[in-house]
Amino acid sequence: MVTGYGRVERVLRLWLPVGVFLVVSLFPFYWMAITSIKPNAELYNRNMMPLLVHNPTLKHYVDLLTQTSFLLWTWNTMLVAVIATAISLLFGTMLAYPLARMRFAGAGLIATTIAAIYLVPQPLLFIPLADVINRLQLGNTLTSVILTYPTMLVPFCAWLLLGYFKTVPKELEEAARIDGASRLQTMRRIFLPLCTPGFISAGIFAFTLSQNEFLYALIFLTKSSVRTVPVGVIAELIRGDVFYWGQLMAGALLGSIPVALIYSFFVEHYVAGLTAGSVKA
Amino acid sequence: MTVRSEPLLGVTGARRGRASLGLWLDRESVFSWLMMALPLLFLAGFVGYPFCYGILLSLQDRPVAHAGTFVGLNNFIADFNDPIFWRVAANTFVYTGIATLLKMVFGLCLALAMNQNFPLKNLVRALLLLPFIVPTVLSTVAWLWMLDPAFSVVNRLLLALGWPRPGPSWLGNPVLAMASIIVINTWRGLPFYGITLLAGLQTVPVELYEAATIDGAGGWQRFRYVTLPLLQPIILIVTLFSVIFTFADFQLVYVLTHGGPQNATHLFATYAFDIAMGAGQLGKGASVALTMLPALALLIVALTIYMRRR
Repeated sequence: MVTGYGRVERVLRLWLPVGVFLVVSLFPFYWMAITSIKPNAELYNRNMMPLLVHNPTLKHYVDLLTQTSFLLWTWNTMLVAVIATAISLLFGTMLAYPLARMRFAGAGLIATTIAAIYLVPQPLLFIPLADVINRLQLGNTLTSVILTYPTMLVPFCAWLLLGYFKTVPKELEEAARIDGASRLQTMRRIFLPLCTPGFISAGIFAFTLSQNEFLYALIFLTKSSVRTVPVGVIAELIRGDVFYWGQLMAGALLGSIPVALIYSFFVEHYVAGLTAGSVKA
Repeated sequence: MTVRSEPLLGVTGARRGRASLGLWLDRESVFSWLMMALPLLFLAGFVGYPFCYGILLSLQDRPVAHAGTFVGLNNFIADFNDPIFWRVAANTFVYTGIATLLKMVFGLCLALAMNQNFPLKNLVRALLLLPFIVPTVLSTVAWLWMLDPAFSVVNRLLLALGWPRPGPSWLGNPVLAMASIIVINTWRGLPFYGITLLAGLQTVPVELYEAATIDGAGGWQRFRYVTLPLLQPIILIVTLFSVIFTFADFQLVYVLTHGGPQNATHLFATYAFDIAMGAGQLGKGASVALTMLPALALLIVALTIYMRRR
């Protein structure tokens, strides 16, 4: 950036490394995509050039959608992700607003606790949680995951929103308070509408994490009708030692599309959220 | 202000009561605790309680669907006398250490390569993040197929380049299986490092590089004495994050190897899962999961303090 350099140097410094990173990052998705449209005769023939498709077919997609519960799993995944995200944004706001704006004894302790909970990985909790879910008789219900996903999403949203809330200037709220608005009115009418970008960042993250969750869904959801896409794909498309690679890759690709679509619309918010925790001082 | 002082000028008691309730609710501490009560109760019930209950479980002999009996530290003693447990511990440290190092080095390379102006930069950045946002299990299934014993595309490419038949058994050989899960974890986690470090690089003032150049610093020296010190806090925070979640990884190993071959890739999380969910020994499983706690607690406390300070 400081000095301009010649064409060869630019290839070596820019296009070569960026190109290598791109190929490595994207190849598995390319492989997923072309596997899903290859007929079996081609998939399991070792004499054909593997990187290209010779006779594309949609058979694997048709089989996936007609012979498995994939559409139902997709619906379950969406439903759970949307509700868990909504709960997490609501609870996250209820935690972050007082911590960002009010002075009260214990605020520091609560903020520290939330940061710590955010960092507790699931494998530390899944065994006792499995027993709790059993005792509540919530096994094989979507409620089990709708209740447990927010355990990781609420601290996360609270933390991200806390950082965002602190960047919003206080003057408007102070003006509203002087005009006689209660704290709740000030928060709802004046403050929250200013924070839409923060909610979008936190929401996309929570949604992505819900779609990605595997361990709780694997343990709590053992009936096909309540499964989410990741668990359904792993538990039902890999049958013993027989793999249905075409269907598996079709399922993996279709299962990735909702996240990728939402991500592509909000990529700047996603990057902002990703870097918020570490870059902003 | 005039509105609020009105009731004091002698109106009915009911109105005064309501006004004082309003004033009470308006106090910062009351408002705050009322607002936080529900989410805090939720976290206490679904994180705090299971955490304490997990500790209790680890002190019990507790088969699934049976009442537990208190056995003191016997589960932990059994763990420490179990050679597989030590294998699992070693695996977890190797996996976390090497994968973190790879992500750090290549993540920095990625950030430096991306910190140049070129056409379609935003599109390239979005594409590079894909491995990180696609559900882990789904991309890992693609890797499972890429490393398939009979039809591995990696091996077919190697054979085409003259590698002797039949090519490496990526998930069947203990050392190669560990190498494979490390590479795939790196593949998935790299964008997080790269894009976060890139955001950090973009905050480094150009003047510093110019000043260093005037002082006679070469490319390497500018990197060593300007870039690295300024990036250091971000590198630290990203690394702590990554170490915590790599240390407790589950999905990748569950899908690729189930801990095999011969426990060569079992991590704490997958081993605890096998004992608790496979063999139905909730108490012993909880004890294995809890042995992660000292290392995790150290990391979590360090990162929490660091995040709170900023």
